[in-house]
Amino acid sequence: MNPIFERGPSLRLRLFFALLLSIGLMLIDRYTDSSTQLRSYLTAAVSPLIYVASLPQVILTGASEQFMSHQRLLAENDQLRERLLRQSGNLQRLEFLQQENNKLRELLGSAPVTEGQRLVAEVLAVYSHPFSHQIVLNKGSNDGVTEFQPIIDELGILGQVVSVGPTSSRALLITDTTHAISLRIERTGVAVIAEGLGQWDRIRLVHLPHSIDIQDGDRLVTSGLDGRFPEGYPVARVNRIQRDVSQPFLQVQAEPYAQLDRIRYVLLLWPQTELDQQGDSD
Amino acid sequence: MQRAKGISVIYLSLLLALILMVMPMPAMVKLFRPDWALLVLLYWVLALPFRANIGTAFVVGFLVDVLVGTVLGVNALAFSVVAFVMAANHQKIRNFSILQQSLLVGLLLALYHLLIFWLSHFLTGVYFLPDYLWPVLTGTLVWPWLFWLLRRVRRQFKVR
Repeated sequence: MNPIFERGPSLRLRLFFALLLSIGLMLIDRYTDSSTQLRSYLTAAVSPLIYVASLPQVILTGASEQFMSHQRLLAENDQLRERLLRQSGNLQRLEFLQQENNKLRELLGSAPVTEGQRLVAEVLAVYSHPFSHQIVLNKGSNDGVTEFQPIIDELGILGQVVSVGPTSSRALLITDTTHAISLRIERTGVAVIAEGLGQWDRIRLVHLPHSIDIQDGDRLVTSGLDGRFPEGYPVARVNRIQRDVSQPFLQVQAEPYAQLDRIRYVLLLWPQTELDQQGDSD
Repeated sequence: MQRAKGISVIYLSLLLALILMVMPMPAMVKLFRPDWALLVLLYWVLALPFRANIGTAFVVGFLVDVLVGTVLGVNALAFSVVAFVMAANHQKIRNFSILQQSLLVGLLLALYHLLIFWLSHFLTGVYFLPDYLWPVLTGTLVWPWLFWLLRRVRRQFKVR
């Protein structure tokens, strides 16, 4: 039937096997939990490819830093020093406030909020496939990275780690279509859930009743209710509200604070596990 | 059966295409990035269907799944189907002019994106945006040049 195949199964049979295998893979990946482990192995296996692919960018940015003029370097240095000074000033106040807060919490009998460990990681690759918003980080299980760890940058929450290899890991961004995060409207304290849409500059708030108190420009911060993201980190700003009464829910979109399509460095957070246990026992 | 010659050239070109697919780029450029792996694969299926066909397509598609982070098997399935169409009609398509070929490749790319969207919609519930179809256009425009380049490579290294 197929003169091109002198040996082996016919083209149609091959297609049939390929379809069967890929459908099996999809079902395993989507509907079982074992795929997280499998993905971690696969991430480790393809990480050399990703290192090679990110080489041109690394070389280019390296070269541009190399040829940056002395003047500009000095200016940047000044700017950074000023920022550091201002931030360490704020930090002193923060430490004082934190102590006070802990004391007050002790008085109230609730667990003190302590700061977890942190680690800076560099972004090796950003995927902008519309159906998967993920980044690859240059830190893996050798550095103590674990699955479901939140990642942030200086502006807000970015996403969470989903699979870990020995020297690299993969994180899902909040704009991915499969990602949802529990948030709180800072002004009113109402808890909401935000889903990714597969677009860099917006997320969607789901299942909001028409009567909810929400305004353009409201800040959305993490609520900590999902048990993965620590409480109180900024995530997004409400920028579009559509009041269409024919719809069952209010249509609200928000713009993430973090510039998700041009991340270079991220901060990995370690949640305080002792704190969670203490909280559960209460 | 002919002896395989220069088969490593095929794998090397596919590997390069995969690297091109995940190379970091500004978001504006990324929107228009052609599906390099699929285009290179289509060339080899067209030129040497007994060396590269559905098996190769499945493996390359699976690698794309792993690299890009889509649900495992989505790209593998779409690659296999597109490679099947190409392999089953390779004798006809070879005789087309380069313009006709480009249009046909455009159709295959559209089929690929449709399959990917359809499967992703089923599995993860994504929404369709017309922006997703830019790679079809750029892929169609890139095909004549890629075809010319890979044919030179194939003749240079006498891949059979």
